[in-house]
Amino acid sequence: MQFLTLVEIAYLLSAILFVTGLKRMQSPATARRGNGMAALAMLIAIVATLVHPGYQIVSWTGILIGMVIGSLAGAVAARTVKMTAMPEMVGIFNGFGGGASALVAAAEFVRIQQAPGSPMGLEAGITIGLSMLIGAVTFSGSFVAFGKLSGRITGNPVTFPLQKTLNALIFASLILIGGVLAVGGTLGGLPPLTLFWVFTGLSLLLGILLVIPIGGADMPVVISLLNSYSGLAASAAGFVIGNNVLILSGALVGAAGLFLTMLMCKAMNRSLANVAFGAFGGESAGTKAVGGGDKPVRSVDADGAATMLAYASSVIVVPGYGLAVAQAQHDLKKVMDILEERGVDVKYAIHPVAGRMPGHMNVLLAEADVPYDLLFDLDEINDDFPRTDVVLVVGANDVVNPEARNPQSVIAGMPILDVDKARNVIVMKRSLSPGFAGIDNPLFYMDHNYMFFGDAKKSMQELAKAVREV
Amino acid sequence: MAEIIIGLYVFVLATLAGREVIGKVPPTLHTPLMSGANAISGIAIIGAIVVTGGSEGGLVEILGIVAVAMATVNVVGGFMVTDRMLNMFKKND
Repeated sequence: MQFLTLVEIAYLLSAILFVTGLKRMQSPATARRGNGMAALAMLIAIVATLVHPGYQIVSWTGILIGMVIGSLAGAVAARTVKMTAMPEMVGIFNGFGGGASALVAAAEFVRIQQAPGSPMGLEAGITIGLSMLIGAVTFSGSFVAFGKLSGRITGNPVTFPLQKTLNALIFASLILIGGVLAVGGTLGGLPPLTLFWVFTGLSLLLGILLVIPIGGADMPVVISLLNSYSGLAASAAGFVIGNNVLILSGALVGAAGLFLTMLMCKAMNRSLANVAFGAFGGESAGTKAVGGGDKPVRSVDADGAATMLAYASSVIVVPGYGLAVAQAQHDLKKVMDILEERGVDVKYAIHPVAGRMPGHMNVLLAEADVPYDLLFDLDEINDDFPRTDVVLVVGANDVVNPEARNPQSVIAGMPILDVDKARNVIVMKRSLSPGFAGIDNPLFYMDHNYMFFGDAKKSMQELAKAVREV
Repeated sequence: MAEIIIGLYVFVLATLAGREVIGKVPPTLHTPLMSGANAISGIAIIGAIVVTGGSEGGLVEILGIVAVAMATVNVVGGFMVTDRMLNMFKKND
């Protein structure tokens, strides 16, 4: 058997492992092995490429330098990142992936320009253009999203007049320049390479302009969409160098990213177009809102809450992102452990957008050793609320707002957890202030609702102490 | 059949397979899935290796080295952080 055939079989094995690895991600019991299989697939693909007779790898030093630097940076980042900062981390990694695809396109373009007497074919022109465009948009867009999530750039939507017109103009210019380059022509007497750098610059600018008008609260959706783009960019790079493993893996990621993006939009009851162009979800949204006025509110202290919880037969916890910000998930786990020892039936209800990306809250609770089989998503648990004695809401607001059932409300139709149907509700929160949607929450003024005011971590520590003493 | 057509077949079939496989992942695992899929998009490293290794120095090699470094961050960081997350998921016993 020829060596080339062996290498091609290694690529096929890698492709099988990528698909099987992703499939193993369907269950928490096998997910870790699935991730390992995907990593192994990557390793096989890399080794196969290094020894591939068709690619004639001659310059090893450069590859080695790049790999050492990249491995160190990646490993340090992966080990030190806080779980609350996962969306930012995925955003940066994603930007690097897109950037790599763009650079592959650039290197290939420069190589073809430098090779004497070998005009670029139409096929190469189109694939290089696509790889550069999608890769560069992913790169600059991901870094803007990272900046917004980490507070380095304002989380408010940045809008200006004729923004969409400008985007459309840039896009039209990109198609024009790309088309000219693909057929081997020139524009305004500029050499092809100069034209290509203009194309690159415009692609980067488009990435920035597409992400800045989107509010900070919507960034996870953007990251997810950009994740899909980075897959497509890799796929396009696969067409550039004619490599099927690259095309296949890129397409897998493209599908994954798109699916997750749709899912997140559905959870917020918004269309993808609304997220992309709606300029919604800024940090300032909350300040527009009216407070509760002087409507009566029942409040409860740690001892009162502890008694309610300890003598309940069933308790459902609704954790929101406020819990993670306050780093109170470990204290929450302590409270729930004590309740479980007393024989209370404890469950956790996770709203699809509870954290800052889908499934983020599950990771944060897993970090606090909460077993995943106690975690239930919206569809699984909504029927349980009417049969539940006490619901404890921690740092969540819009996702439990019954106003979503009012067709006139701005959040009408948003899927919510029906906590108001439980016998008693305790809401742990700093104040009555509204959430991202900027509207008042009628739950807070209901007769069977008790507000437990204060910082989530401090309140949870007091609650743990009080529950122990009941 | 032209190479690009075979490539298109691979692309379309992989997209369909991806949708089927990923559509069944429970919400609990969506964050690790996103970060794992993200690591796989670092497959661009293959392209980066090919352009760097085949270069004769100059601008092509520089662009290639930066591409290898960026893709490696994506691959190594992505798989490691996903593993770190999945390692925390435990069942009630």
